[in-house]
Amino acid sequence: MPVFHVTRLELMIARRNWWVATSVILMAIFSVVLTLAGGAPTGSLGVAPVLVATTSITTLSVYLVPLIALLLSHDAIAGEVERGTLALSLSYPLSRAEILIGKFLAHLLVLAFAIAVGLVLAAALIAFRFGLPELSIPPLLRLFLTSLTLGAAFLGMGYCVSGLVRQPSVATGMVIVIWLISVVLYDLGLLGALVADNGGTFTRSVFPWLLVANPADAFRMLNMPDVSVAVLASGLSAAGSVSGTTGQLVSLLSWPVLTLVFAWTAFRKVEL
Amino acid sequence: MTALAISNVVKRYGATETVCGVSLEVEAGQRVALLGHNGAGKTTLMKMVLGLTPVSAGSIEVLGSQPGSRTARTATGFLPENAAFHGALTGREQLHHFARLKSVALSAADDMLTRVGLAAAADRRIRTYSKGMRQRVGLAQALLGRPQIALLDEPTSGLDPVSRHEFYDIVDELAQSGTTVLISSHALTELETRCDRIAILSAGQLVADGDLAGLRKAARLPVRFNVTATMEMADSVAAHLQGKRVNGHSVALTCQENEKIELLGRIAALGQAITDFDVEPPSLEELYRHYSAIDRGGL
Repeated sequence: MPVFHVTRLELMIARRNWWVATSVILMAIFSVVLTLAGGAPTGSLGVAPVLVATTSITTLSVYLVPLIALLLSHDAIAGEVERGTLALSLSYPLSRAEILIGKFLAHLLVLAFAIAVGLVLAAALIAFRFGLPELSIPPLLRLFLTSLTLGAAFLGMGYCVSGLVRQPSVATGMVIVIWLISVVLYDLGLLGALVADNGGTFTRSVFPWLLVANPADAFRMLNMPDVSVAVLASGLSAAGSVSGTTGQLVSLLSWPVLTLVFAWTAFRKVEL
Repeated sequence: MTALAISNVVKRYGATETVCGVSLEVEAGQRVALLGHNGAGKTTLMKMVLGLTPVSAGSIEVLGSQPGSRTARTATGFLPENAAFHGALTGREQLHHFARLKSVALSAADDMLTRVGLAAAADRRIRTYSKGMRQRVGLAQALLGRPQIALLDEPTSGLDPVSRHEFYDIVDELAQSGTTVLISSHALTELETRCDRIAILSAGQLVADGDLAGLRKAARLPVRFNVTATMEMADSVAAHLQGKRVNGHSVALTCQENEKIELLGRIAALGQAITDFDVEPPSLEELYRHYSAIDRGGL
């Protein structure tokens, strides 16, 4: 299968990419630090240690996972066009869709590895400090799967940028802007609008949908369902209840699909 | 058997036509040199044959299939100009990847690495390779699995003279086994003896197409004779043959292709007055200049 040949090659390249190594180490370190630090409030609040850990790691993942995904994907098309490796690849019996899916699978595996390392370390720490019975797997599994979907969404966005621009340097600049908007500025903007609206129509009927439309916020809400835990992080749970888990899931799952389709359309138009 | 049929192909980028109605039919096992100045349309033509860029008008058939179809791509080997690879991979990893894509045995890829002289460096990262070594990786992948058509864009750039020689040996071997080879190059002297046919593109148009002898005949460029006379006879030989004295006792003269035999007879008739002579037909470089200039309204 040509798709898997591409995946295999991309994994070989990723193995030697210091960005990938750095991000895996970063995820691991932060997960451990947050799990250790998060253990402190459990006594007084009486919250399960796993929930404290997943809440802290969720807050971390919202920033790190999109960043790693964008770093992995932004060079995928523009970089190959510039190096001249794409023309050669396409002279082989290999379609553009196969190249894109092959790269996507490889990058997804890299992300899965980075996320899993952090979560496994967190789980081991919880089991060690609080004993095995305190270790509940479902929240960890949910965090793993939603983090991966969040990563997939940003991989798709990275490919879109990479397919639309000519120079890899422009792609790098653009993905940094995308990252900044979606994980930082978007929420700030909404917050500003909420304050200005002062509990009006926007707050009640537009804001919840705008919030869930951002994959980073949908991810955050999915992993902080417990109101008591959400207090630890932010006051998002109230807004989350309007769109519901289904709405959050639909938002998070449609982003990778839509961005991949769009990236493929852009990739098809890249002339060599 | 026709391996490659290009008929009336046009390529437009906006208002500019980079390839204007080119037709070229190439038989299996033929070695064709595609010549032309920078921007003449050689690379664009190759990209259209590979299906990398669509034709604006006209048609191309690669072994009876559409360019870019799976059949066409499986049967084609391509060496791009300035072949580039991901620097993080080793030569072997990169070539194994291409072998998998073409369903060629990995051992064949290893053999090919040895064939192009990269066996010792095969497990080093491509980032550490010289330009010539990268070109060899490019060559190795283009020839993987003995393609039926090989499109080589500037294949010998970056190769030293010995490697160039080895490269043409590989090309000869391929052509003998039935591969059609299309080489675009600026290194005219090396193509002269190594190709069966020459096609010259100028400003997107095919201005010449044929074997070397045919092109020489049609161009009607003068054949050069260099006659060496004995010291004391040099002047009279020059006068008799209506040539020009050069270099002490040599006489330079030119004639048309059809007057060659007659002139040869006259030189032979001079007997003892002549110590040596050379005949120099118009070189490919001269022919190339001739044909390219015609199109630009020069000469």
